[in-house]
Amino acid sequence: MSVKKLGMASLLTLFAALAVPGLASAGVAEDLAAKSTELDMAFIALACVLVLFMQAGFMFLEIGFSRMKNAGAGVMKILINFALVSIAWWVMGQAIAGFGNDFFGTSGFFYHFGQMVNDGEGGKIAVGSADAMLMLYGLAFCAVSLAIVWGTTLERIKFGVYIAYAIVFGAIIYPVVAHSVWGGGLLSDVGGKPVMDFAGSSVVHLTGAVGGLAALLLLGARKGKYAADGSPRAIPGHSMPLVGLGVMILWIGWFGFNGGSTFATADSFFGEVMLNTQIAAAAGVLGATIVTYLKTKSLDVGMAGNGAIAGLVGITAGCGFVETWASPIIGFVAGIVVVYGVLTIEKYLDDPIGALSAHGLAGIWGTVAVGLFASPRLIADGAGAGLWYGIFGDQSFSSTLGQLGVQTLAVVATFVFVFVVSIAVFSVIKATIGMRVTEAEEDAGLDIASHGMYGYPEAFIPQPEYPSGDYTPSMAGTPVAPVESPNQA
Amino acid sequence: MKKIEAFIRHEAFEPIRSELLEKGFPSISILEAKGSGRQKGIVEQYRGSTVTVNVRPKLKLEIVVADTDKDLIVETILRHARTGEIGDGKIFVIPVEEAIRIRTGERGDEVTQVHVE
Repeated sequence: MSVKKLGMASLLTLFAALAVPGLASAGVAEDLAAKSTELDMAFIALACVLVLFMQAGFMFLEIGFSRMKNAGAGVMKILINFALVSIAWWVMGQAIAGFGNDFFGTSGFFYHFGQMVNDGEGGKIAVGSADAMLMLYGLAFCAVSLAIVWGTTLERIKFGVYIAYAIVFGAIIYPVVAHSVWGGGLLSDVGGKPVMDFAGSSVVHLTGAVGGLAALLLLGARKGKYAADGSPRAIPGHSMPLVGLGVMILWIGWFGFNGGSTFATADSFFGEVMLNTQIAAAAGVLGATIVTYLKTKSLDVGMAGNGAIAGLVGITAGCGFVETWASPIIGFVAGIVVVYGVLTIEKYLDDPIGALSAHGLAGIWGTVAVGLFASPRLIADGAGAGLWYGIFGDQSFSSTLGQLGVQTLAVVATFVFVFVVSIAVFSVIKATIGMRVTEAEEDAGLDIASHGMYGYPEAFIPQPEYPSGDYTPSMAGTPVAPVESPNQA
Repeated sequence: MKKIEAFIRHEAFEPIRSELLEKGFPSISILEAKGSGRQKGIVEQYRGSTVTVNVRPKLKLEIVVADTDKDLIVETILRHARTGEIGDGKIFVIPVEEAIRIRTGERGDEVTQVHVE
């Protein structure tokens, strides 16, 4: 142990001694508690910014997997959805996701400092600055979930659909799901056992993917996705570098997503959570790459990216509940799931970025995997450990099986609720403003059709010739003076 | 006058261009072309799916010369563009009725290549 660490350790001992009543004044203990909260919030602030930055990850991932004519639309999509979901969360979403009855929260509309909100134990507390930090962190999660929805709808959806659904999603759909697991709702106590979803494999990722599924069913495939005989055709995205950038931003952002979900710096538990996150993501890349290679004999760039996302989604539920040895298993399986998921789903549904597999199937796997691998050391109060410990460990088999059942129930309940509400909302949208652009608009691309510009103008508009400059003729007899031409600027 | 259109591999262009320039034929147009022929398309892998692109990129060379220069051009292209593998391309020679230099309005053989001026 270094001198510095020794010094820190003795300092901590000193603080601990001071905190013991009788040894120090009450004022010092209060100061310490306040400092501890401030340290936690500084950590949450860092995590929150990382999660907010994941919007950039989704932006680049989706643009890279789109064709050039839809690049600008991807930017606008993220900006408007991010803006709408933020306002919706502030006005209503945070209140619905917070404490209240079994189905939704009941206080905290137009969230602000000093407001009296439910404290989860029947009383009320005033919103403080730290609560504002936590509320913003919740907002960032809701925005991630909404971004996932639209992955299935790229390149042919009407812009108005975003606006209508984003408001409902940010105000009602996601908050109700979040409340059910994290806000004292029905799934937080299923016959005495809570659903364990540490950072939201089910709450955030499955919810987003199911919303995407509902949208896709009413939207239909991109023109040209299926041949006349119904066989799927790949429509390659225009930029693997952008896909790679998106994947890496999401990957880094995930440390805020999972690490921050510890909500505290106590015991530095976040370190373990972050390690699990990294190991699972790495295993996800390898799982997807190996399986794809065995199937196609090609080292597939896009699928490796999907594998990273799947590994991260898979460990999101379990990162705070499983031992690190389980992380590579969860990530690797998620990587395999995403490959078979993409290839199977593609036969029937046109999901341009593979959101249904990477977020949906991997989210389901991640949530269920907690019921398989949750460690007795880490489980939530009242929860059963994973089935592994019921079979090979000293845990009661029935308790572990019960927890697996609860995890499965969370998946089913989340799926059914989000699907039913989303289908209803999209049906109304389809009947009123319509879901997809016209065929001509789809051919031309959403950039010019919906936004009046091109994401890459030079690819579509002929550029004027640059004046001759220092051109030196290489042949005797070639005209020497650059010629004035009317089309030269 | 003759217009020589040649579909060639990309890598054959630079040697052809520099030799023709040396011999006094600097006026060449090239177009990025895609086409199909006896050389099959390209099979790509995209997220586990096979994408077959049934056409290959080639360069289309367009050179207009006086009738007397035709054989020299064709011979130069052949020498540099031939690898012996399928996919070397083809050359077409097409009669040209008239050539007009836009800047000056000149007509005839002398406008086809700079050196004639």
